[in-house]
Amino acid sequence: MTLPLMTRRAALMAGGALFLAGSAGALTLSRQAGDRKFVLVILRGALDGLAAVAPYGDAHYRAARGKLALAPPGEAGGVLPLTEGFGLHLDLAFLHQQWTGGELAIVPACASPYRERSHFDAQDVLETGAAEVFGASDGWLGRALTALPPELKREAVAISGSLPLVLRGSASATSWAPSFAPSASEDTLSRLMDLYAGDALLGPALASAIQTNAIASASGMDGMDGKGRRNGPGAYKGLAEAAARLMSAEGGPAAAVLSFDGWDTHANQGAANGQLALRLAGLDAALRALKDGLGAHWPKTVVAVVTEFGRTVAENGTGGTDHGTGSAAFLLGGAVSGGKFGGDWPGLAPKALFQGRDLAPATDIRSVFMAVLQDHWSLDRDTLSRTVFPDGTGVRPISGLIRT
Amino acid sequence: MPRTLAASIAVNRFGLGARPDEPEAATTDPKAWLAQQLTRTSSFTLPSGGLPTTRSAAEALGSYLEDLKTKTDGKAGKMSPEAQEEAILKPLKQLREILIAEIEARTLRGLTTEAGFAERLVLFWSNHFTVSANKAVTIPFAGVFEREVIRAGMTGTFADLLVASTRHPGMLLYLDQAQSMGPNSKAGKRRDKGLNENLAREILELQTLGAQGGYAQADVTEFAKALTGWSLAGGRTKLLVPGADPGDFIFVDRFHEPGTRTVMGKRYSADGEGQGEAILRDLANHPSTAQRVATKLARHFISDAPPASAVEALARSFRTSGGRLPALHETLISLDEAWNPEAQKFKSPNEFFLSALRFTGLPKVERKAITAAYGLLGQVPWQAPSPEGWPDDAASWAGPDAVIKRVEWAQGLADRLGTKVRPESLARAALGPALSVATAQSIARAESASQGLTLALMSPEFQRR
Repeated sequence: MTLPLMTRRAALMAGGALFLAGSAGALTLSRQAGDRKFVLVILRGALDGLAAVAPYGDAHYRAARGKLALAPPGEAGGVLPLTEGFGLHLDLAFLHQQWTGGELAIVPACASPYRERSHFDAQDVLETGAAEVFGASDGWLGRALTALPPELKREAVAISGSLPLVLRGSASATSWAPSFAPSASEDTLSRLMDLYAGDALLGPALASAIQTNAIASASGMDGMDGKGRRNGPGAYKGLAEAAARLMSAEGGPAAAVLSFDGWDTHANQGAANGQLALRLAGLDAALRALKDGLGAHWPKTVVAVVTEFGRTVAENGTGGTDHGTGSAAFLLGGAVSGGKFGGDWPGLAPKALFQGRDLAPATDIRSVFMAVLQDHWSLDRDTLSRTVFPDGTGVRPISGLIRT
Repeated sequence: MPRTLAASIAVNRFGLGARPDEPEAATTDPKAWLAQQLTRTSSFTLPSGGLPTTRSAAEALGSYLEDLKTKTDGKAGKMSPEAQEEAILKPLKQLREILIAEIEARTLRGLTTEAGFAERLVLFWSNHFTVSANKAVTIPFAGVFEREVIRAGMTGTFADLLVASTRHPGMLLYLDQAQSMGPNSKAGKRRDKGLNENLAREILELQTLGAQGGYAQADVTEFAKALTGWSLAGGRTKLLVPGADPGDFIFVDRFHEPGTRTVMGKRYSADGEGQGEAILRDLANHPSTAQRVATKLARHFISDAPPASAVEALARSFRTSGGRLPALHETLISLDEAWNPEAQKFKSPNEFFLSALRFTGLPKVERKAITAAYGLLGQVPWQAPSPEGWPDDAASWAGPDAVIKRVEWAQGLADRLGTKVRPESLARAALGPALSVATAQSIARAESASQGLTLALMSPEFQRR
């Protein structure tokens, strides 16, 4: 156990299949001391998975999506090609590189066991890992960290003001927020403007303040009063850089949780360009920054990008999409066996849609998390399906997503 | 009116905002719940555990002034910035610790009290008799003034409150009364010092009759002369009287202007300390004072432009009860105008801050977070810009920057609470039927619990009371 890291690695390489097929203890030994990093990125507000991963080859795609449909690869605004018939939004260029390099796996139609459409409740289920709302008071990642053998690095950090539910239950989880005074989130301000529509006092006051802020921000004055954009697409990258810095420090945490807000695109979502495209570009830049920042740790890193549920397949009356069910999840990193899809594709045929409106949840998102915890962190199935995911006995980890 | 709306008005408009554990009595009989707070001294008193008494505040001020004198030796202007920091700023910072402890104590009281109406009345009257700590000498007294004068006076009469306020070192120092000397007094004749009209003027203009209350400059001067000699032991005056402790009110006969005074057409014969008190009591019971107090009270609890009927009812109560505060406050509860289903008052930053924290049910907040919040929201307790106190209208509080700062603070609070709260059910519990469909929907559709809480706190109905 006191062998230097390189020697252990060398020993594993030399032992090869013998070690892998042999004792789990030897396998655990190779994944020492926070060596194998895990970053969970939660896109809060519900990502429109069909906008990120477009099934342009699906016979029903164009009709079902209408103005939200993206063009096939090679056309103006066209998607970046994945598996035949699927493409990534053109603003996800970094992710596409990872796909090409074999370090991105996509689960195109997944969801937690939750089947209603409340953000809070859905995030509760996504984070507790239980089968129903309020099924647990702490989170699956927190419990997974606690279940790791004591000699392993078990620290985790959340880049946020408070500890997210997913990390609760671990004694060694902490949270850290960038020190800039929080600016009001653009999305919250726009919702408040809606709420103040009939308010003669607050409406004009807030409108004027927003305008002033916009001018200050356009003149590069954001930094002058110590404020950054809190959690708009422009802020994702800074949060990711912070996570990478913390994790790659000597003795840095094994896990990090990032929350990116602003995915609740009920209005004017846009397609190749627009609001959601800006957010996807922000996400892409953040993931690139994460890879750059993790540097030498990247080959042993898994990043999971998930959301609480998907959105309606069809466009709503305000150029956006409403709360849905199935969405896409991404696994990337040097430890990911990528360039492929995980889980099934249910298709967009009217009959295939969940309740006639949403992408059907073909894959239980817990099977993605289980795959990471089993194959990346070597947690055993029993711990996973009983302790980490309390009602998880019927869920199987998707195999082949992690390089072991 | 449905009972639940009345309950919501009782806790939110009359009180400091609902807590998730608001007592049942607030809901079953809101008016009785408000009324029972008015006559119990425990509704108003704040246990002084660890906070200064008037005497220890005076001692702290005395040693601060002593320290300042020794260290600067009258040469402050010629000192290096480092030496100034050491000699002037450090002692001042120490003095401010007292104020910060007072701010924390009042805030925690506001967060946890079950007598929210009583606490709001304390804040109202404390603002009416403003002692701002924006002067070094008042820093240690602002909090204790509120505890020993305002809180202690809430079950008595306006006249007693006015007299107690005028005698307190906080007020005597804030409005420069302590060293005011009559030109013909023993001390005044010997020194190049004299009358200071500040306190007399502000009592007439702000605390009693009002600017339109019918007094003239001659009344100010006469009243100021009657008040000469009202001072405190120790502290800045260095006055020591046998048997008096630092901070005690003392009447210094050799400062007092001899002779008869005429104020508002009434003659007051020479009576030492009693002359000033007699004038104060007559001012307290003057119809203009009744009108002014009634207007301010109605403006505070009903609307920026309160209906004349409500003002008149309050003024009548003030006059007929001899300025008994519990009677006046009970009249407020009885006014139909005060129960208008539509909330018309925009919360002050302090009210917003306290009600937001009560809304979340947090039992306490860190001291640093408290002072930071008041600073960001623009209303640090006991830092009113002038003797007029804090403004009491939406136009003063709802400017663009002020509104966005509220959003920022609310968002910061919401982020800290993370997913520990259920904003929709909190909003329903706190606002009852006052929660609009639009706000409920907006909260429900928020993309996170944190955003939902921000929207609830910033909703038009939560911003008002």
